[in-house]
Amino acid sequence: MTLSVIYILWLRQIKRYFRSKARIVGSLGQPLLFLLAFGFGFGPIFQKAGQGNYIQFLTPGIIAMSILFTAVFSGIEIIWDRQFGFLKETLVAPVSRLEIMLGRTLGGATVATLQGVIVFVLSLFVGFHIYSLIALPFAFIFMFFMALLFTALGTAIASVLKDMQGFQLIMNFLIMPIFFLSGALFPLDGLPKVIEVIVRCNPLSYGIDALRAALSGVAHFGLLNDSIFLFVGVVVLLFAGSFLFSKIEA
Amino acid sequence: MNIIEVKNLTKRFGDFVAVDNISFTVEKGEVFAFLGPNGAGKTTSIRMMTTLLAPSEGEIILNGINPQKDQAAARKSFGIVFQDPSVGEELTAYENMEFHGVLYKVPKEVRRKRIEELLKIVELWDRKNHLVKTFSGGMRRRLEIARGLLHHPKILFLDEPTLGLDPQTRNHIWSYIMNLNNVEQITIFFTTHYMGEAQDIASKVVIIDRGKIVATGTPSELMKKTSADSLEKAFLALTGATIREEEASPVDHLRMGRKMYHR
Ligand SMILES: Nc1ncnc2c1ncn2[C@@H]1O[C@H](COP(=O)(O)OP(=O)(O)OP(=O)(O)O)[C@@H](O)[C@H]1O
Ligand SMILES: [Mg+2]
Repeated sequence: MTLSVIYILWLRQIKRYFRSKARIVGSLGQPLLFLLAFGFGFGPIFQKAGQGNYIQFLTPGIIAMSILFTAVFSGIEIIWDRQFGFLKETLVAPVSRLEIMLGRTLGGATVATLQGVIVFVLSLFVGFHIYSLIALPFAFIFMFFMALLFTALGTAIASVLKDMQGFQLIMNFLIMPIFFLSGALFPLDGLPKVIEVIVRCNPLSYGIDALRAALSGVAHFGLLNDSIFLFVGVVVLLFAGSFLFSKIEA
Repeated sequence: MNIIEVKNLTKRFGDFVAVDNISFTVEKGEVFAFLGPNGAGKTTSIRMMTTLLAPSEGEIILNGINPQKDQAAARKSFGIVFQDPSVGEELTAYENMEFHGVLYKVPKEVRRKRIEELLKIVELWDRKNHLVKTFSGGMRRRLEIARGLLHHPKILFLDEPTLGLDPQTRNHIWSYIMNLNNVEQITIFFTTHYMGEAQDIASKVVIIDRGKIVATGTPSELMKKTSADSLEKAFLALTGATIREEEASPVDHLRMGRKMYHR
């Protein structure tokens, strides 16, 4: 394990992110829209149902959403690197696949965390209030873990897909369901059994719950459960991603 | 001493046999030209030798190592300039070099010195801080070659390194490579469609056609055998004058795209 190798792979992901300003701005549009449209649109109903302030509830979910999309996308960028040929350059180098995977994944996770932090800052202007300054650092840690988990998922997907043609399928049948069936948008009490089961199998549910605990001071599963499931998810997906990535032929 | 040994190497893609039971050896320090018409199987063979593709059958020994069994050790022994594009578009020329140098663990001092030397040779030093996506096809190619020469491996694979480059650059690059070969005993394994290049610098030539080896020898031996006065004529005599039509795969389309670009 060579740190300089992991570092240079990490650095490349970071540079790539900061050099595509259009992408940064573009990927802020969606979370902002969700925050405004849902936040203010459903706010009154939410309030009437006795659930309190919806922006307060929704913001952690939207932060998680932007982390989810950015992270999966960073992982999936391997497909582009394969098509543009840059992947070969790393695959024939005398470095292990694990180093390559770790460097890239840490880079992608850093980028996704940054994106989450930007959305968090924006939400403060929309009316979101953090409940405690002391808990704030924990929010960033949970964001990073979510980012790590979903970048690894993206890597795993990219290692299996041959080109971008399968991307739409993955978006509609995996990423969208992960987002919508996670408790990002609605509270998890009193759900139909099927939905409840799916939500409980979804790692994002625990990420959002943890984030909500750190930012708004409320948790559905409890912070300990959240942390355990999130951690296990990260470990499992890092292994799965490394394994699948080690099988890539360029 | 043989630094490369290839025995009965075969690669099938479905029913199609791209490389058909080829065997050859390359001696340490040799300048070895691997020639053949389009679609002959040159790149496929190189991909198998450089751990990017698993052979269907046969055995490869690189520097005493079997690249299928011990990929990590094999990767330490060679460097490669790919036929297809392989630079990072959103990095600068310098960053691409730096990235390569770190991956190959070239010590910092040596790295700095060589990057400057090589970028000057390929005349990209003035553009070192420009993003590669703003480069012309020929400039990208020059960067890829410079990058391939940054670390000094035992074996250097060059897959059509000079494709699309002007004669001045080609001369500079070949003389730099020949110097590396002389001074550091680096074995050069290259492919090219410029027969003149092969005639001038190769100490051994293998000609492959439709996946099979059709001739082996020094350029002068091959010329003698076919009573030709140039390697180009010998090549045509050995492989026939018809143009290879092949069902182009998407990869080939990409390659064709690149070739057209360079015209
Ligand atoms: N991944 C693949 N799937 C199917 N066929 C392939 C694949 N890669 C290569 N081929 C086929 O194998 C044959 C040999 O290809 P290869 O790239 O090795 O040729 P080459 O000798 O390098 O040709 P060129 O001079 O055009 O670069 C071609 O017919 C090509 O279409
Ligand atoms: Mg080729």
